[in-house]
Order: sequence, then C-alpha cells, then structure tokens
Amino acid sequence: MWTWFYRLASPPYVYRVASAFTPWLLLTAGIAIAYGLIDGLAFAPPDYQQGDAFRIVYVHAPAAWLSLFAYTTMAVSGAIGLIWRIKMAHALSAAAAPIGASFTILALVTGSLWGRPMWGTYWAWDPRLTSELILLFLYFGVMSLRAAFEDPARGDRAAALLAIVGVVNVPIIHFSVQWWNSLHQGATVAKFGKPAMDASMLWPLLAMLLGFMLFFGAVLCMRLQGEVLNRERQASWVREAIKA
Amino acid sequence: MSVGGFWAMGGYARFVWPCIALAIVILIWNLWSARRYHAQALKRAERAILMAGSKAS
Repeated sequence: MWTWFYRLASPPYVYRVASAFTPWLLLTAGIAIAYGLIDGLAFAPPDYQQGDAFRIVYVHAPAAWLSLFAYTTMAVSGAIGLIWRIKMAHALSAAAAPIGASFTILALVTGSLWGRPMWGTYWAWDPRLTSELILLFLYFGVMSLRAAFEDPARGDRAAALLAIVGVVNVPIIHFSVQWWNSLHQGATVAKFGKPAMDASMLWPLLAMLLGFMLFFGAVLCMRLQGEVLNRERQASWVREAIKA
Repeated sequence: MSVGGFWAMGGYARFVWPCIALAIVILIWNLWSARRYHAQALKRAERAILMAGSKAS
C-alpha cells in the first residue's frame, strides 16, 4: 500500500515523474487561466457595490490561496523530510519556497491596489494583511536559512524546522477575518452552503483558482528537477539521464 | 460591454490593470526562473560528469 510513497524517495523516479507531468500541467494551467481571465474581465457582470474593481479578485484570491497552499506544501514536505529522512521531500520543500514567496507578493500588492478604492488606503495594519505579510517574511526566512549553511543537509533541516514552526500562521491568516475585527471581507467561495457569489462571477474565479494550482504544480515540477539534479549530480543515474 | 468601457473598467482601470499586469509578470517570472534553474542544474551536472571522467582517465 505504501509502495507509491517509498517510490517518491527515489531521485530518478521523482525526476522522471516531474518531467513527464510538467507539459500537461502547463497546458491545462494555460487553458484554465486564459478562460478565467477572459470570462472574469470581459463577461462577468460588475459587482453591485464594488463595480468593476471587484475584478481584482480574479488574480488576488488565487494568489492568496496559493500563498497558503505553497507554504503548507513546504512545511509538510519539510516535516516528511525530517521524520523519514527523505532527501526528495527536502528538495520539494526547497522548490516550493520561491514560488510561494512570489505569489505572496502578488497577493499583497493586488490586495493593496484593491484596498485603495474600497477602504481609502493602500495599507492598514489589519489582521489579515499583517499575517499575510508575516507569511512573506517566513518565506524569506526559510529560503535564507537554507542558503546560510555550507552543508546542504543541515540547511534543509533548519529550513524545515522554521517552515514547520511558521505553519501556525496559515490558520491565523485563514481565520483572521472571523477571529478579529477586520477591514478584509469574509470568505466568499469557501463558505459552507452557498458561496456568496453569483455563478457568472464564480466560474471564472474557480477557473483561475484551478489554473493557478496547475501552474504551481508545473513550476514546482520544473524547479524540483533542478533541485534533484543539484543534489544528485554525482549519481550514476544522472550520467545516464544526461547521455540519453 | 464596449471596448472603451472594457479598458476603463468603470473608472477603476488604474487599479485593475496593474493587478492583471503584475499577475502576468509573476507567472512569466516563475516560468523563466524555473527553466533557468533547471538549465543551470543540468549544466552543473554535465560539468561534474566531465570532471569525473577526466579525473578517471
């Protein structure tokens, strides 16, 4: 039953799977993002309160969601690397960090640009905004810590520990709008029962969420191949793979 | 929606379009940097193999 899990510890298997998945993930991501952007920007009706400014949601929400997902991926794979001493889990954790950081920047900047017309300010020390900013610092911390060690194995362990400690920030970000008074609006899509959005606005948003997730998968696979090669460059299978 | 109305975004163009542009930049940057990272790793691996080969001979 656990054979698939143990196969993921094999560098040549991971490299092969990542290179096979990349083009398909990129293709489907491109289709989903193109549909989401065209439908969301050109065909979805304007919001009755926010007008056309609400269309920022089509890049802001997927970026924010992905910033949490990438961090969770990084922390879980870091934990797997620490517990089972699987080098490939650390490689996955290292590959996820820069992608997650870039989407956190996107979420913060688009949120700020959305906040100006809606709240009258680009920035407020609001629980949601502040915890998302802390997430960005955590990403930078994890990447810096990994790079700070000469011994990559020690760098991996230190980065994994920080990622695991920092994962406490993920539920704080998600529930901040419920736990504290916040300028930020509450959940729109992930509400139990009926989402607080009309279907004509919701479908492009779901397509963008799916597209960003698939894109994350594609870029993660590409970075993972680089990570595997960097860690395994002396291995005989790398010689065979390059010759082929 | 007319073409002019589409670009005007109901008066919110200066907020909406920079967000879309930044999203596209981030997507392209991610693709470019991941490809570059992979290509550099390949080069390093090839160099390591060449060096190992020359040492052996």
